[in-house]
Amino acid sequence: MRRLHQFKGGVVLKGHKKDSTLMPTQPARLPASLVLPLKQHIGSAAEPVVAVGDKVLKGQLIARAGDTISAPLHAPSSGTIRAIANHPVPHPSGLPAPCIFIDSDGEERWRPRQHQIFNFAELRPLELREIIRDAGIVGLGGAGFPAWVKLDPEGREVDTLILNGAECEPYITCDEMLLRERALEVLAGLLMMRHAVQAKHCIIAIENNKPKAVRALAEEIRNTGADVEVVEVPTIYPTGSEKQLIQILTGKEVPSGGLPIDIGMVCHNVGTAYAVYRAVELDQPLISRYVTIAGSVAHARNLEVLIGTPLGNLIEQCGGNRQTLQRVIVGGPMMGVAVHTDAVPAIKTTNCVLVESAMHDVPLPSRDAFSLPCIRCGQCADACPINLLPQQLYWYARAQNYDRVQDYHLFDCIECGCCDYVCPSQIPLVSYYRHAKGKIWEQEEEKRRADRARQRHQFHELRLAREKKERAARHKKKRTPVAKGGDDKKAAIEAAMARVRAKKAAQEVPPKNTTDLTPAQQAKIDAVDAERAKARQATETTPADEET
Amino acid sequence: MNLITPPAPHIHSGNRVSSMMTKVILALIPAIIAYTWFFGWGLVINTAIAVTTAVASEALMLRLRRRRLAPFLGDGSAILTGMLLAFSIPPLAPWWITVLGAAFALIVGKHLYGGLGYNPFNPAMVGYVMLLISFPREMTAWMHPYILEQLEIGFTDTLGMIFLGHYPYDLSLDALSSATPLDLVKTELGTNNTVSEIMANNALFGDFAGTGWEWVGNWLLLGGVLLIYQRVITWHIPVAILSTLFVIGSFFFLADPDTYPSPLFHIFGGATLIGAFFIATDPVSASTTPRGRIVYGIGIGVLIYVIRTWGGYPDAVAFAVLLMNMAAPTIDYYTQPRVYGHPGGKA
Ligand code: SF4
Ligand code: SF4
Repeated sequence: MRRLHQFKGGVVLKGHKKDSTLMPTQPARLPASLVLPLKQHIGSAAEPVVAVGDKVLKGQLIARAGDTISAPLHAPSSGTIRAIANHPVPHPSGLPAPCIFIDSDGEERWRPRQHQIFNFAELRPLELREIIRDAGIVGLGGAGFPAWVKLDPEGREVDTLILNGAECEPYITCDEMLLRERALEVLAGLLMMRHAVQAKHCIIAIENNKPKAVRALAEEIRNTGADVEVVEVPTIYPTGSEKQLIQILTGKEVPSGGLPIDIGMVCHNVGTAYAVYRAVELDQPLISRYVTIAGSVAHARNLEVLIGTPLGNLIEQCGGNRQTLQRVIVGGPMMGVAVHTDAVPAIKTTNCVLVESAMHDVPLPSRDAFSLPCIRCGQCADACPINLLPQQLYWYARAQNYDRVQDYHLFDCIECGCCDYVCPSQIPLVSYYRHAKGKIWEQEEEKRRADRARQRHQFHELRLAREKKERAARHKKKRTPVAKGGDDKKAAIEAAMARVRAKKAAQEVPPKNTTDLTPAQQAKIDAVDAERAKARQATETTPADEET
Repeated sequence: MNLITPPAPHIHSGNRVSSMMTKVILALIPAIIAYTWFFGWGLVINTAIAVTTAVASEALMLRLRRRRLAPFLGDGSAILTGMLLAFSIPPLAPWWITVLGAAFALIVGKHLYGGLGYNPFNPAMVGYVMLLISFPREMTAWMHPYILEQLEIGFTDTLGMIFLGHYPYDLSLDALSSATPLDLVKTELGTNNTVSEIMANNALFGDFAGTGWEWVGNWLLLGGVLLIYQRVITWHIPVAILSTLFVIGSFFFLADPDTYPSPLFHIFGGATLIGAFFIATDPVSASTTPRGRIVYGIGIGVLIYVIRTWGGYPDAVAFAVLLMNMAAPTIDYYTQPRVYGHPGGKA
């Protein structure tokens, strides 16, 4: 048995997971129209490679990856590209973003298979990573970082590959159901990832409130004899956060501003492992995923959802009433994003759709609208898993003292919401932090712009000065000859006139389509030209003949 | 479609300032009952006066400052301030003392600094110190336990004494009152008696502190432990105060038991326990980091001992707390916890 460690703080939350785990996962119904945001991941947006009106097949590439950190996009179903336009997306800003719209034809016709791999272990890690990259796989746990980047240790040794099945947010059960229903596939995906990073050890971490998932996995490990350790971790929010999970499993901390790989760890979500398996073994890019639909719906459950399916369709399929919707949260209640409309599509990172209707039949005890001042009780600090002082962050964020707020390590905050959850003054702490982070980024961007502008300005000044000097020099040079005499001038004009005449003459030569021709070709062309000239002469004369 | 889009997190524990304050208030009640048992109805009456004045002053100030009344009045902090102030006023003090103290605490101690969350000093202690300095006679007229019971002075008589200054049997406040054990030790030590002589010759003393006071102390201790258990306060401040007093007290007591009373006398005597669990732990004016709270508690413990032993006031909790309130922001700055992933931890 592995000795587990503890992370500081955290909160114990009511799980609400039972409802959505009663029924087996079902495919979501194919919507008439799929909406695919070009940016469903961290990094630059994908670039469309299809045009409006194009027919596409299921799994066909419709947008290629942008520059280095990005992910390509594939058609989740066969159909026609209807538009490439802005549409609401699940993003906290609430701003619409460019999307590709596909009208599905209902045939679900796959593109031809592109590769067939019989033994992934024979591939080089690089080749494996390329397959994963080309399949558009991003972290399915939430952030959506392109998976192949995280699978590239860049020459560093990976001690442990951790597969994160903790799933600590209330209501969400998609990873649990995936483990229960596709344990073997997840395990296979994990082994592929392990090969890609050449990890020494492999751990799958699952919260101890999911015994069925643990059992399913343990059985497959026994059957296959895979060298993978299943570890049950305590059910306390946010165990599923990468940093906290690593701390629980190893007692080590990811350095501030660093990555798990800095301490020899790589951490991926179980859903990502399943996507890797499908990409490598079945040659299927990431076009669908497990999504939990929970809250005010008649049948909370998990659906296997095509990326791009509007949330309203999913809510309807689970017996929710779209007319009485009040709040739709993409993600869990702690870190999820409340979206403006249920027309927003499910994207690669959508793990849960939490529905609240005007009936209030689901207990989502929200913060009071009115918050009292901070009473410095420190309960937020006790709950913070990063050991920050949220009350001080709040104080300085509110005062817009952006230097001080960084002294208190604002950028180490993982926005888990624990502080917010316990605050007796009901202060929306996390929004203050997000706002402050945004402002600081903005200021830095502005500063960079200002720096660039200053550089440009200095450069401009420099150039002006140089040009002025050059002009002055040229003037001096010019003035001397022109002043000297009219003969030179005459000669120069003569020369110019000659050049113009030559140019005109050249233009009168009929243009040739091609250059660099062999003499034989040239002869042929000349012959044809001569024929044409003759014919032209003939036609030019004919009407005259008729007249006569 | 008009979906609401509040920022994450979308759930809350339901923890509220009002529920925290309610728990503190409830934790105080056993001690109030014990106090009433030993010293009569005075505390109950004073508490009623202080709470009424405090809430009225709070409402007045909120009005003047154009703040919303309901959420702030409902938070319970004014009630608690009133209760703590009443606890530190002698039980037979005339009503206007209590009214003045409570009004001063709320208006000057709290709202002139910006109200809830912005007051650097504990408002109840601000009110108390103002009274102690302005009305030393009334503020030191404490009582012998059981005296009211022995004289068969009941609730209405007590009301009469507090509100009308009518003392039964033609007594006066001076005649009824006596020093607290802490006062007595201090004055008697000045007349070259040893601690054990003082304690043996005076019925004011119980087993190790004052009769009655010990029992009130027990209930305060119990209430405080419950608050820690309920996570309304953390252990840091009370433990730091009490262990500091115990360590320093033991050191001097062992060195010279004739001059220095036992550490238990310091812990159970006077306002130490209410100070440690209920006053110094007032979150707004205390230190807010875990290590800072320990430093803050040690500071209070040291100051209590120093002022009691060598200073001018026999009970020093209020001064100790106010002095450390001043230091709290600085303490906080220098006691920031080590953040996850920063040097000093296991990487
Ligand atoms: S929990 Fe809320 S009230 Fe308490 S210190 Fe933190 S921010 Fe302030
Ligand atoms: S949101 Fe940030 S400050 Fe609040 S508990 Fe989480 S990490 Fe700490």
